[in-house]
This record gives sequence, structure tokens and C-alpha cells, in this order.
Amino acid sequence: MSVVKIPPVLRSYTGGEKEVPAEGSSVGQVLTALAERHPDTRGQLFGEDGALNRFVNVYLNDEDVRVLDGLDTPVTERDTVVILPAMAGG
Amino acid sequence: MPSPALYFLKRKVDPNSRSYAADMPSAAEYMRRVKEKVREVDPKDARDATGLNGASANGAGSGDHARLIDVREQQEFEESHIPGAAHVPRGYLESRIEGAAPDRSEHLILYCASGNRSALAARTLQEELGYENVESLTGGITLWKDRGYDVEVPRALTAEQRSRYSRHLLLPEVGIEGQLKLLDAKVLLLGAGGLGSPTALYLAAAGVGTLGIVDDDEVDVSNLQRQVIHTTDRVGEPKVDSAETSIHAINPEVEVVKYNARLDASNIMEIIEGYDIIVDGVDNFPTRYLLNDATVRLQIPVVSASILGFDGQLAIFKPYDGPCYRCLYPSPPPAELAPSCGANGVLGVLPGTMGLLQATEVIKLIVGSGDPLVGRLLLYDALAASFTELKVRRDPECPICSRDPESISEEEMGVFPDYEAFCAAAG
Repeated sequence: MSVVKIPPVLRSYTGGEKEVPAEGSSVGQVLTALAERHPDTRGQLFGEDGALNRFVNVYLNDEDVRVLDGLDTPVTERDTVVILPAMAGG
Repeated sequence: MPSPALYFLKRKVDPNSRSYAADMPSAAEYMRRVKEKVREVDPKDARDATGLNGASANGAGSGDHARLIDVREQQEFEESHIPGAAHVPRGYLESRIEGAAPDRSEHLILYCASGNRSALAARTLQEELGYENVESLTGGITLWKDRGYDVEVPRALTAEQRSRYSRHLLLPEVGIEGQLKLLDAKVLLLGAGGLGSPTALYLAAAGVGTLGIVDDDEVDVSNLQRQVIHTTDRVGEPKVDSAETSIHAINPEVEVVKYNARLDASNIMEIIEGYDIIVDGVDNFPTRYLLNDATVRLQIPVVSASILGFDGQLAIFKPYDGPCYRCLYPSPPPAELAPSCGANGVLGVLPGTMGLLQATEVIKLIVGSGDPLVGRLLLYDALAASFTELKVRRDPECPICSRDPESISEEEMGVFPDYEAFCAAAG
């Protein structure tokens, strides 16, 4: 199972969990598994059309999935999926 | 019975041993004899031989030109010297000449202040070290200047600066050249808050010559948990004034330019133009997008950090060299996912950590050392005590930095998808 790292602003939707294990062989499947486990995250991750929201950055390990194959990017069990929020605190 | 060494010293000062000294020439006679043995060269001929007569674009020491060697002391050399001259103080002549002139058949012209020390040095080079083509400049740099020929007055640090920045000068990565770059640098800090406080203090201490500070806020007691540039007795003062006081207490040499204003579309171009680097520690998304677009247009690098709770992010956005802020974040999150430190809290030391990482990147950019955090995003999780690095790519379809800087209009700066809805929700 891969691990999804949850940013602080989304932790209230995962019951405080910082890392959530999720099944799936692509980034899309892993994020869908996360949304099934913690339904409140779905609206934050995906738009009504099922695509990733523009304001959500997702990385497979250290690489932005936008430069890979997006939600179709293959994921192995050793991979970490990072959800990255923009922050503006100063 | 004195030791042999003491006996030797004693013999030298013995007033009864005058016969030995009486055989010796006077200093003036000695110099005359030395000059008989070396070739002297008139400033005009030296100028022709070194290519400094304007006939060649190359400076002294290049191509077929004679090489100039200044044999005076460090301080004299720093005051002024002939352009292109290598510096080998006469006291280090034998040990350092090979570094400046490894080829013993090369045409060398030595000079000092008036022509005596260079004659002595020329004799040493030809008689003791086998240099074949050495000349001494008649009248030294004094006659050279009297003839109206060019001299170079290099920039140097004052004695106070050498002492203040001595720990920088010891680092080869900074040194005198890097310190002069720091002294010349103009850095603009957006915000004298959590991030801006430590950044400003350390950049001032490091000798950054000009620090601009933009902040329209006043010091509040709730700031003092993290905004270390301010003090309890300055609560209620404008932050720019309080910051200036602390900066000058550390380093009175720093020029502080205060902008007691909120950065917006009406003033951004005027404020940021002319700065070498901008340090972004602003607390809201609209200003971060506005800043990005304006800095891409003016091609000014931004060292950007943001903090929330126990987490920090850091990156350099260097226009056209790496990604811009919009390449990383094409659009901001909705207001409920973008809480502020005021609403959500922040660990007091976190902006210290992130602000000093920013200051470090600023100094690296100025002195040109190391690998700047361009094209990389550094995440710091204070609770986990862990750093994560993510790659950030330039977006070939970026609405801003995929275009010519001149084509970015002021009307579109800072605008992003759903901008109006975002700002309405943010109130």
C-alpha cells in the first residue's frame, strides 16, 4: 500500500492523520481510495468533473504529477503521494 | 660568557667596531650602485611596453606586453596602482614572484613609489633568481601619475568594515569581493513580520547595503512572540520605524528605505523597481500573485517563504531561470483552505527558521556561491523535525513567465482565475 501525506490544512478532514495508507496502482486510484476512506477530502481534491482541483498540487515522491501522467501516473507500494497546499502565512 | 647569538648581536652594536661600518657605502651611494646594475625604464616607455598607451585593448601582462609588478606594501597598493599590475610586496618577493611571473624570460617592469625599492627588487630578481628581462620604473608610480597616466583606485573596506566582517572575509566563498557585493546589494523585504524580522536582522548584520521594508502595520504585543525585530517598548509604533531602529542598532551602516504602505497594484512597480532581490514574506495570496507577475516583468528574483502552524515552505522564483510562483501554484486555494497565521496560529520559532533560510538564500544569490533553491521547493515540518524537497518545473504554458516580460501588462498583474470570488470570500 502507498502512503499519502496529508498537509496540515486537510488534517481536519482525515481525523488528524498526517499519513494515510491507500490502495491503488495509479495516483488517481490512490487519491480516490483516500477520498473513500475520508469522504470530506473529496471536495477538496476533486472538482465536479472528477479532475484534480487546480489549486491542489500532487507529487509522486518529489515530482509533480502534472509533469508525469497526472492522475494516470503509476504508483508502486514504495511510493509516497504528497498533497501540497499553497500557503500564504508570513 | 654570552651565548654565541648574543655575542654576535653585541658585536654589531659595539661602538668600538667602527672600522667595519666605515668601509660601507652611504645609503645614497648604495642605491646609486644598485641602479647601475639594473635597467631603468622611463614611464613613457613602460606605458608603451605594457600596452597601457591605448594602442591595444589588452591590459598589462597580456600577450606580448611587458608585465607590471607593484612591489610596494599592501596599503600603498590598495590606495592606487597602475592598471593591470600584479602585486608582489618586496618583503615577499622571493617567495611570491613565481606566482605572478612563472616565466623567467618574461619582460617584467617593477615599480614602487619612487624607484628605489623596485630597483632593489629588480636586482634581486636578476641576480638571485635568474630573471632575464627585468626593468625598474624610473620615478615609480609618483612620476607615472605626474605624467598624467592612468592609475586604478580599487575599492577597499575600511578598517572598521574589515573588523566587522572579518568572519566573512575568512571564507573563500565570500571574501572581500563577496563582502563588497553585499555592501552594494539592494534587498527589499515585504513585511517586517514573522519572516521579515529575522531576515532583516541577519541581512543587516551581514552588511547588505540597502534594505527596503514594506509594511503598513503597527507593532502589536501579539507580534512579539515571533517578530523579534520589534520590542515591547515599541508597541504601537509603525513596524517600519521599529525595524529601522533595530537594524541600525546592529549595523548603522545599512541604508533603510521605509515604505509605510500596503503593497498593491497601484504602487508595486514603483516600489520594487531597482531592487536586486525581493524577500517575500507577505501574508496573503493576492499580493503573492501580484508580486510574482511584477517581478517576472522586471526580472527580479524572489526568495519566497510561507508559514502556517508548524509547517514552512521555501523557494526562489528566479524569472526565466526557473519556475515562477504561478508555475508552482496556478491558482490559490479557496479561502477555507488558506487560513492565516492570525486565524490558525503559528509556532513562534517557525518564522525564525524559515526567515533565516530565506536570508541564507539571499546572501548566496548576492555573493554567487552554492546552489540556490531555484526549481526546488523545500518543506519544513517542525513537529516531525523533517525537511522534504520537491521539484518545481517551469510550466511551458504558464500564463505569465512563458511570455516576454514586456508583454505582461499592469492590468493583468495579480489577477488569477476566480480572483473576484476569492477576494469576495476573503472579505
